[in-house]
Amino acid sequence: MHMADALISPIVGGTMLATSGGITAYSIKKVQNVIDEKKIPLMGVMGAFVFAAQMINFSIPGTGSSGHLGGGMLLAILLGPHAGFLTMASILLIQALFFGDGGLLAYGCNVFNLGFYTCFLAYPYIYKWFTRKGINSKKIFVASLISSVIGLQLGSLSVVIETLLSGKTELPFGTFFLLMQPIHLAIGIVEGLVTAAVVTFIWKYRPEILERTAKGKALASTTISKVIIALLVAVVIVGGFFSWFASSSPDGLEWSMEKTAGTSELETSSEIHEILANVQSRTAFLPDYDFKTNGENEEQDMKSEDKWPSVNSGTTTSGIVGGLLTIVLIGATGYIINLIKRRRRKIS
Amino acid sequence: MSTLKNSLYHLRLLDDLGKHNSFIHKVHPLIKLITTVFYLAVVISFERYDVSGLLPLIFYPMFIFLLGELPITPILKRLLIVAPLIIGIGIMNPLFDNSKVLIGNIYISRGWITFLSILIKCGLTVTASILLVATTGINRIAEALRMLKVPKIFVLQLLLTYRYFSVLIEEVSIMIRAYSLRAPGQKGIHRSVWGSFTGILIIRTFDRAQRVYQSMNLRGFRGEYINGYNSKITFKDFLYLMMWCFFFTIVRIYNIPLIIDRIFTGVIN
Repeated sequence: MHMADALISPIVGGTMLATSGGITAYSIKKVQNVIDEKKIPLMGVMGAFVFAAQMINFSIPGTGSSGHLGGGMLLAILLGPHAGFLTMASILLIQALFFGDGGLLAYGCNVFNLGFYTCFLAYPYIYKWFTRKGINSKKIFVASLISSVIGLQLGSLSVVIETLLSGKTELPFGTFFLLMQPIHLAIGIVEGLVTAAVVTFIWKYRPEILERTAKGKALASTTISKVIIALLVAVVIVGGFFSWFASSSPDGLEWSMEKTAGTSELETSSEIHEILANVQSRTAFLPDYDFKTNGENEEQDMKSEDKWPSVNSGTTTSGIVGGLLTIVLIGATGYIINLIKRRRRKIS
Repeated sequence: MSTLKNSLYHLRLLDDLGKHNSFIHKVHPLIKLITTVFYLAVVISFERYDVSGLLPLIFYPMFIFLLGELPITPILKRLLIVAPLIIGIGIMNPLFDNSKVLIGNIYISRGWITFLSILIKCGLTVTASILLVATTGINRIAEALRMLKVPKIFVLQLLLTYRYFSVLIEEVSIMIRAYSLRAPGQKGIHRSVWGSFTGILIIRTFDRAQRVYQSMNLRGFRGEYINGYNSKITFKDFLYLMMWCFFFTIVRIYNIPLIIDRIFTGVIN
């Protein structure tokens, strides 16, 4: 369920990074108040535990397949929401850096999708509500199951929205929604059942672990509303800034050029440019680099072009030739670098 | 079991690679982090129909691979493991965008172009992140994060999670091996022991964390993880950053393959 860099736009990635950064800062402040700084090793080792636990296959009865644990809900229950969120954030950063799961720009999205909903919504409002009058195995079971399912449903809904806002895929909202939610319902149920089993076990054999977390004031009602207000402000400011940044001119770079150079297009009057222009005017093969689409498709293309930026088929063709040449050029440069390196090694 | 071993192997490989002493490894970690983030931002800022414009960006990972003296196969293998997820979503594009474009003499669905763009972006972004770690190592990335004023509590948490990951992976693989020897031919952990299997691991983890905490205290831990690095950004580092930023900006503004094509076809004619 990790969002990948390849599927998000800079606006969505930037907004979510700022949002998750805000929640992380808030959690750090809270954790510093609640637990002794010297006890961070526990959080660190628990993060490593979730990593390891994600690799255990749990056989799903009656299906012949097996499922994994995500661990967001389990962390919130065992460590409390703030420490749980921070632990999830560090796990996701390691996954992004070392394993390419998610990415550095999609990091904000992933922390929000997998950490925020479980630690700051499902845990305080669902798990805590079910266990408000003390805990027993039945309550733990119901609370873990429902909070895991809802936490994951919100997370996957978030993935759908972020993907669509980024506009990299053609999937319509309805289709993507209907594809993602049922899959994550199934995943959520397995997650919930495993979480319930684990929490029940811990409660039976080492109740002090759960009691310690439960005693800590999870979230006072005033602070969560503050968090949500701060979040909304962050989203509006960052999102607003980025979308203005993106829409006032075709792209941010042109905007920054306009700011620095006073013009959105650099005036190139150099000799090289003139030579290139001459070369260009002499090319008969792809004049202006534009093919006409044939009549049949024109109407369809016109329609879709209203909605989306178009593919210019002529540009695409020259793109292929030029693209191949670019790759050859890059390969040749690599070969030369390698050659120089070998020579140097021989000399030394 | 294979995923466990693969992850452990991959982690140790990156750990080892991070300790090399090449030209790229010597660049200041903060500079490499900023370069990587700038690169990623440029890659994902490309329009979804723009495939050719992306291609010159392949130069960056190739340069790092060569000058960082890194093995290509294990890093690309990791890319193959991640790719199916992105292909899964990307492959929907040709299904939902049927409008056709003429390329040469062939009509193809526009969706294939956006799919190709996602694939290239996936390859470039995943490789760039892994290359950052392979040329820097987690300790120096932590140093860069501290320079960016990321709170030490988070950086410490990150380092400890990373450090204990391999320890717990070994613990888990011992448990899984013991379990599978007693339950031959069974796929995964049976429902009846879901709780106890993972629960035991948690209890072991807590106990281990306790021991870790005590031994760290005995060795003088006072809330700060000291890794011994204290390097300064030099003019060389700055130049490295400027050159890459200049290259990425040029690639973003001008479609280099189209320019090459113009020159090439111009020469032919």
